[in-house]
Amino acid sequence: MPSDLSPHDVAARHDPVYDELHAAPEFAELKRRYRGFVFPATIAFLAWYLLYVVLSNWGGDFMSHKVVGNINVALVFGLLQFVTTFTIAWLYSRYSTSRLDPLARTLDERFVELAGKPSDGRSDH
Amino acid sequence: MNHQALTAILFLSVVALTLVITIRASRQTSGAADFYAGGRSFSGFQNGLAIGGDYMSAASFLGISGAIALAGYDGFLYSIGFLVAWLVALLLVAEMLRNSGKFTMADQLAYRMRQRPVRTAAATSTVTVSIFYLLAQMVGAGSLVVLLLGIDKENTLAVSAVIAGVGALMIVYVTVGGMKGTTWVQIVKAVLLMAGSALIVVLVLAKFHFNLSELLGTAAAESGKPGFLEPGLKYGIDATHKLDFLSLGIALVLGTAGLPHILVRFYTVPTSRDARKSVLWAIGLIGVFYLFTLVLGFGAAALLKTGVGSDVANSGGNLASPLLAEAVGGGAGSTGGAILLAVISAVAFATILAVVAGLTLTSSTSVAHDIYNAVIRKGQATEQEEIRVTRYAAAGLGVVAILLAIPARNLNIAFLVALAFAVAASANLPAIVYNMFWRRFNTRGATWSIYGGLISCVTLVFFSPVVSGKLNADGTSAALFPAGVDFHWFPLENPGLVSIPLGFFFGWLGTVTSKEPAAEERFTELEVRALTGAGAEQAVSH
Repeated sequence: MPSDLSPHDVAARHDPVYDELHAAPEFAELKRRYRGFVFPATIAFLAWYLLYVVLSNWGGDFMSHKVVGNINVALVFGLLQFVTTFTIAWLYSRYSTSRLDPLARTLDERFVELAGKPSDGRSDH
Repeated sequence: MNHQALTAILFLSVVALTLVITIRASRQTSGAADFYAGGRSFSGFQNGLAIGGDYMSAASFLGISGAIALAGYDGFLYSIGFLVAWLVALLLVAEMLRNSGKFTMADQLAYRMRQRPVRTAAATSTVTVSIFYLLAQMVGAGSLVVLLLGIDKENTLAVSAVIAGVGALMIVYVTVGGMKGTTWVQIVKAVLLMAGSALIVVLVLAKFHFNLSELLGTAAAESGKPGFLEPGLKYGIDATHKLDFLSLGIALVLGTAGLPHILVRFYTVPTSRDARKSVLWAIGLIGVFYLFTLVLGFGAAALLKTGVGSDVANSGGNLASPLLAEAVGGGAGSTGGAILLAVISAVAFATILAVVAGLTLTSSTSVAHDIYNAVIRKGQATEQEEIRVTRYAAAGLGVVAILLAIPARNLNIAFLVALAFAVAASANLPAIVYNMFWRRFNTRGATWSIYGGLISCVTLVFFSPVVSGKLNADGTSAALFPAGVDFHWFPLENPGLVSIPLGFFFGWLGTVTSKEPAAEERFTELEVRALTGAGAEQAVSH
């Protein structure tokens, strides 16, 4: 049965291999790089989205200003939310592939080496 | 052939196709990882499509385009909130959940906390969110099928039969096909939905010489509503409505990454990198789809009658897309119109089936895996016992949903989807985020944030105008209770503005008022596993 369900009502016992990995400089670097991207990016897109919601509510004159033809600032602003969402997703994909995945792979390989198993989950077959 | 006969034939084709898929999937399902997580063997692209199929509900397809058709620009906010929300899932949740969890949302919390309290809390919240969402979809399905097949709304037996039929189908998908069957139903639905709406979008744009400005101008003129292209038509009336809009906006953007039926989709791929890829595909797909809703909504405003008493207005906007399909196909009575109306109706039907299947599977998995096995059997149940309980739970939840949906079929329960997002944002997201990023977080913090967010959400909605006191312009009730019953004291229809901060607050308060060294110690392990995938659940190899 799943090893994360111990008979006792507590989480399963701590595996010391993880401590070793946690102390590795590669892990500190991975964590720093991951947080260095996602924290500022999250704050930025949430602030940008909230600005849009607030302007929709309280910036009527600005939002109804026509840009070209019947296309007004509100519509452009809304479409820009799509653009920024796609852009951040693409940037994160590029960043994680080049800056995060190699470190994560290295640490995962070391885990297999140290723990002598690919997973503490089980395969069903 | 009239469109109703054609629609009925296409509906039956959708049902037949999905049942064949389900039975095929059942032959490839043996263990728990197959049944709950599709063997974790779907590719990022396949799972991206399935996420789209799981996420783009009838509320998106029919509701948003209808909201734009009736309220103009204000309907567009839903599209934007529903899309931007995926960045929360991409950056903060998807990969780490894939690496640290197994089958349910609770797994990730239980990784470092006391099993029974956190699993009970997470399962309670999972089932609550799913039932709200399920009920909204089934009542929507009932009224939609009734409208599209031309069944008399007063014919209680026929409407009840439709709801029971949808419920029976979803029980079959889940109990027979498990996650593999459900995923393939969602993939097929996503393809149908994208293809069907792309076709209508091209036909609409062709009518306006592919000139967006011309489409918008005609929509504004035909709607007869001043300020149709600007924010504020629906939510700009007074300060309360503006706060409601803000509250809705926050719940939409924070709710998605806490929806249990979305979270479990991240377990169906082999690695966290595939989970990332699936969210990237989902963002592309969902983004394009919501751009389509813009054209569908304004197209409906430009080409259909949307004033008081029109079919679009009478259906609360839900018929805007199907009727638009009929109009661009050549209009009522034409062969092209009948065919397109039938096709889009069948797409809407497939949409509902795929979403209800995902919801039922998620909630019954949580009942079996978290409550039955971990809490009642203390982790001693075998896989086969657990799966059997999942099947019973799916049937049980399905029957409950049918029995609740039939009496609710004429009630205005559109608020339930917004409520589901609010609960997901207030109860689930704080626990998930704290668990991943805050070493000090512990069992009491997790249970307090889940129950605190859940209870404050449900309480605030119960005392809000959507349950009692809201009236239509003609004095009839626009709330759950009939006109004349009014016990509301909370002014907003969307509780998120208050309940989301409360969820985070209770999580903090519960944490700092208790000490749990084991949870803090195990955070080290969780963090390594979440970021590197070391020791994560492996895909099943057949």
